[in-house]
This record gives sequence, C-alpha cells and structure tokens, in this order.
Amino acid sequence: MSTERSLSAGSAIRLVASREVRTRLASKGFIWITVAFVVVIVLGGLLLKLTGSSDSTQHVALTPDTASAAAQVQATGTGVGVTVETQEVADRAAGEALVRSGDVDAVLVQTSPTLEIVVKQTLDDPLTSVFGSLAQQLALGSAVSDLGGDPAQVAEQIATAKPAITSLEPQPEHDGGQIVAGVIVGILLFVALMNAGQLVAQGVVEEKTSRVVELLLATLRPWQLMAGKVLGIGLVGLVQLVVVVGAAVATALGFGVLDASSLDVGSVAVWALVWFVVGFATYALVLAALAALVSRQEDIGSVTGPVIGLMIVPYIIGISIAPYDPENTIVVVLSYIPFAAPFVMPIRQALGSAEGWEVALSLGLSLAVIPVLVWLAGRIYSNAVLYAGGRVRLKDALAGR
Amino acid sequence: MPTLEIDSVNKSYGDLRALRDMTFDVRAGEIFGFVGSNGAGKSTTMRIVLGVLAADGGAVRWDGAPIDADTRRRIGYMPEERGLYPRMKVADQLVYLARLHGMGADAARASMERWTQTLGIAERRGEEVLKLSLGNQQRVQLAAALVHEPDILVLDEPFSGLDPVAVDVMSGVLREQADAGRPVVFSSHQLELVERISDRVGIVRSGSMVAVGGIDELRRTELRRWTVEGPPGEDWVSGVADVRVVPGSGTGSGTGPSRTVVEELPSAAPDVDQAVLRAALAAGPVREFTLVRPSLTELYRDVVNAEPTPVPAEETATTSEDAA
Repeated sequence: MSTERSLSAGSAIRLVASREVRTRLASKGFIWITVAFVVVIVLGGLLLKLTGSSDSTQHVALTPDTASAAAQVQATGTGVGVTVETQEVADRAAGEALVRSGDVDAVLVQTSPTLEIVVKQTLDDPLTSVFGSLAQQLALGSAVSDLGGDPAQVAEQIATAKPAITSLEPQPEHDGGQIVAGVIVGILLFVALMNAGQLVAQGVVEEKTSRVVELLLATLRPWQLMAGKVLGIGLVGLVQLVVVVGAAVATALGFGVLDASSLDVGSVAVWALVWFVVGFATYALVLAALAALVSRQEDIGSVTGPVIGLMIVPYIIGISIAPYDPENTIVVVLSYIPFAAPFVMPIRQALGSAEGWEVALSLGLSLAVIPVLVWLAGRIYSNAVLYAGGRVRLKDALAGR
Repeated sequence: MPTLEIDSVNKSYGDLRALRDMTFDVRAGEIFGFVGSNGAGKSTTMRIVLGVLAADGGAVRWDGAPIDADTRRRIGYMPEERGLYPRMKVADQLVYLARLHGMGADAARASMERWTQTLGIAERRGEEVLKLSLGNQQRVQLAAALVHEPDILVLDEPFSGLDPVAVDVMSGVLREQADAGRPVVFSSHQLELVERISDRVGIVRSGSMVAVGGIDELRRTELRRWTVEGPPGEDWVSGVADVRVVPGSGTGSGTGPSRTVVEELPSAAPDVDQAVLRAALAAGPVREFTLVRPSLTELYRDVVNAEPTPVPAEETATTSEDAA
C-alpha cells in the first residue's frame, strides 16, 4: 500500500507543461487565430505581388517600322529602372487593337523624325520616362551624326559619365523588401508575445479563480507549477509562430515578392523565433507573477495593463521608425535594452543594420535579466498564488507576508 | 500502526493567531472527525498538513518522521474551497492529478476508471467539469482526492452540499478507506453525522484542540445523570443519599406521571443508580430510566461556549456561508 511517490522537479514541470500544450492545442480559439494569421500573411503576399507586377513590367508593341528599336527601348528602360517587354505586331492597326484590349501599354509606330506612340488613354509614368529618354537619345544621335560623330560612341560615353560622390555619413540603402520584412517581423513578434503573455496571465488567474491551485500545490512546488505553465504556453506560442513565419517565408519566396538579393529571408525568420523565445521568457515571467496577485479574470487588466504598455512603446517605435531609419539613436538604444530589444532588434536585423556584436550584446543583456526575473517572479508567485479573495499588494508578495 | 501526528503547530496571520499549539493524532484505520466553529483553525491545520501553508512552529509527522513532499503525495486532499479545472474533462483531469502525485500513466488511467465507476460518475468521464451538476462535481472532487490511491485522507468538509444519497456514498467510502488501514481526517459542521461515523472526534476552539477522544469517552460526563420517567413529582428523590434533582429539569411537581433528571453528587457510590431506581419504583411505576449521555452537539456547545473568545472581524465575514 505504501508505495513511494516521488516526482522529480523535471517530471512535474513536464506534466504541467504538457497539460498546457494539450489544452491550448485543443482550443478552437488557438486554431482559428493561427489560421487567421496564415491567411492574412498569404493574402498580403498575394496582394503585394498583384499590385507589384502591374507596375514592374511594361509591354510595348513595335510595328515593322520600329522593330529595329527593340533593343534600344529595352536598354533605355533598364537605364531608367523600368522593365520593358517588347513584341512585334504586323502593322499599326494590329498594335492599336492590342492597346485597346489592354494587352500592351503602348505601340511605338515611328521613331523618325519624331517618336510617335499610341496609347489607350495616357502614357504611364514609367513609360513616359522611358520614351522621353529615348527621344532625347534619338535627337542627340541625329545631331551627333549631323556633326559627323559616331552616335554609338557618344551614347556609351554618356552612359558611363557619373558624378563622383563622397558621402560624409554614408547610409546603407534599404530596399523595399527589407522594409516590408522589418515591419512584418515587428508586427508578428508583438502580436505573438502579447497573445502568449495574455495566455500565461489568464492561465494563472484561472487556476486561482477555480481554486484548483490548492490541489496542485499539495503536490507541486509553486515554482514548478509556474515554470511548467510558462514553458508549455511558450512552446505553444513558438509552434504558432513557426507556422506563421513559415507561411510568411513560403509566401515571400513562392510569390517572389521580396527581393532576396539584399535580404536573407531564412535568417530573418530564425532570428524572429529567437527573439520570440527571449521576449516570451521575459514577459511571461513578469505576467505570471503579476497575475498571481489577483483572483478574478476581471482584474487581470489592472495588473497586466502596465506590462502591455511596456510592450507597446518599443513596438510602436520599432515599426514606425526602425524600418526607415534603423540607425536612429532611439532605435539603436532600444535595441539593446531588455524588454524592448525583442521588438526592435529583429527589425534592425531584417534591415541589415545590426552588426554581429550589437546582436550579441543585446541578446546577452536580455538573457542576463532572465535569471533575475525567474527569482523575482518565483517569489511573488509563490507568496501570492494561494491568497484568494482580494488583490495582493506587490510589496507584500515580495516580502512574503 | 503508523500515525499522523500534529504536534504543537502554531500559525499566525499578521496579528491573528490562527493556531496555538494545535496537537492531535490520527491513527491508521480510524476516522477522525474534526469539529469547531468557523475560523477556529480546522482548514488552516489541514492546509499545513498538506504543505499548502507553512507552519510558524511545531511539526507534522507520519510514522514518526516529519512529513515531506514525497509523503504529502500519498495524502488524498479535498480542500475546503473546491477546485478543479472547469473546462477540463473529468477523465483527463483525474488522470492528470493522479500523475502529478507520482503515478504512472497506465496506473493513473486504471485508477481513474475504477474511482469514477465506484462513485457513479463513469458516464461523465468525457464531460467538462463545468457542465456537471453540483453533486457530480463533488463526486469528481472526491475522486480527485482518491485517484492516486493515497495512504492518508485529509478532507475539509467533504459532506457540505451533498444530498442524503451522496452523504451515504461518502460515508461508505470513508469507512472503507479507514478499514483498509488508512487514517482519515475530515471536518464537518454536521455534528450528528460526525457522531455517527467518527471513531474519534476533536473539538477545536480558537486554534487549539480543547477536547479529543472517542465518542463514548467524550460523552461520559464527570457526574452521572439519569432521566427517570414515571413517578409523580420529585420529592421521592430526597430519600436517596448523595443525589440531587437537576434544577429546572423536571416536568412537574403534581401528582401525575412526570419526568425528572437526577444527578449524583461527587461523594456518591458507584451503585447509587440502583438506589435511585429503587426509590423511583417505590414512588410509582417507572416507564423509563436512562443514563444521560450528552450528544456531540451538546458537548460541542459546552466546549465552544466555555470561554468566549473575541472573533476577529475578518473571520466573522466568512461565517455565514457554511454555518450549516
């Protein structure tokens, strides 16, 4: 009858954590939030691709008279940053038909003496600059010929002529892809951390409200219960983020919406997950401890509010300044400070503005705070979690009264 | 036989002394009824036994050794404030609790099946606790205390809120557990019930144990009293040496049959009851002659009212809900 009943701290924590994981994964709310996330990401990528593609490539039809200018039109397009696709048509009428149906943006009907273009309504901006530049080249070419020079040689000299620019404070160029990636990482981390943090707070209060905590603490130490809960919910949050980030990476690569040349999508994704883990550990401990102070779900807001406020400030600065100006002093400072770093540093990393040592410093500082938080949170939680009824004052919980 | 010993346990909440040298034993195989008014320290004592609260001083021992975390996992506990995960299914919940008490997965499942069967909630295994009736929630709570096959039972008001059928089920389970050699401690305000099922009773007042013993032991009064029904008036009593009429206890001084309570004086001989009976028979036909044994309720009133102690304000606030 008297069987020995030992339960190591490790197995206790594992049991608590696995209950959390099973409960969360089985909840409809969790599944729907994850699905909604993935849908938003994929649709967003699709939208980006659709709007992006209509701008990027211009279609120009060439009549037999102008077919010889195909290479020149494309080259001029490249010069002004517009991708131009050309196609030959039988005659002007066929070209006009294509313009009417919207299959091409313009028909080039003659190049000499002047450039003549037929469009449906107006010439799009990108093509205006392409043809404007082409007209100038043609005019210059004929003038050069008239003067007895070689238009091709002049054109080459013009093309290679560049001012020499000395920048006193060179700022690395950030392309659209990096900015989009930075903003997405910032938003995702905020939503994921906020969501997981709230789950921890609610879970702690649920156990207090239902009084099941008394039954649990007859066999578990308070810190084991807290650690298991934080680990379990953290794991679920991580799985959710892996799914969502995976969808984002797949969308980015699959639709080719982000320019992968300046952006290492894989490394941005991995760092986002690393920062989630660090940020979750930081905030979950604080929220678990504070949630233990109250006894009713309605009171959660009063203790978690300030923490959420603490999350919002670096988040807003992170997504509103960092993607456009990652070297901004406030951004740089925040990217080092624990509690703020998980919202700011991954954005700087997405923009390629953080040096290796900066990431290491920031990560080191954030990690160094965690043991302190474990100790503080363990103390507050243990002292407060069994008090039902009113709200426990933080000071009393710390003092152990 | 191993014994659960609560030895001079003290506990204060700020200025309030909740327990003062609380001391009692619960032996293996006995049901110990723990009674006392609200705020007297019953729940505090139980929570200290479970390690949910830390004592300021004193010791809790099982089988001679101070109770530790591994021993506590062998206690089945029913807290005063009932608590289960409202949205967790009955079976999952019980298996989880059994495993937290160190049971393996298979043993936990088998035990859950056995106890839900025994307690008549087998068909509720797949339901969330939230959706059960109050009575069934209580049964799940009891199952939660028993599912890890504990060696000791500590139940804080296990009968509160139960219907008569459930009371019988609960009493039966407690008796079975005690018969299997486990010590069973339970608290209750239902004194008739405590009197009926307990082997020993402890009455607690203001954080201390003021009376403890077997029911018969406790009911034995210092001076014996007898109820005599039949002989008219009380004058016949004056003919017996070393006894007196308990003032105000009789029903009449006329000539018809009446009821009189007679009490021995400290100097009385052991067979004074025979003298009383003879005198009564001489005075008239005797219909009833009984040794008066106070009920637990009367004992409790005497003990609890003996020294009225001021009840702190914060405790009076909670007395109304479970005063039954």
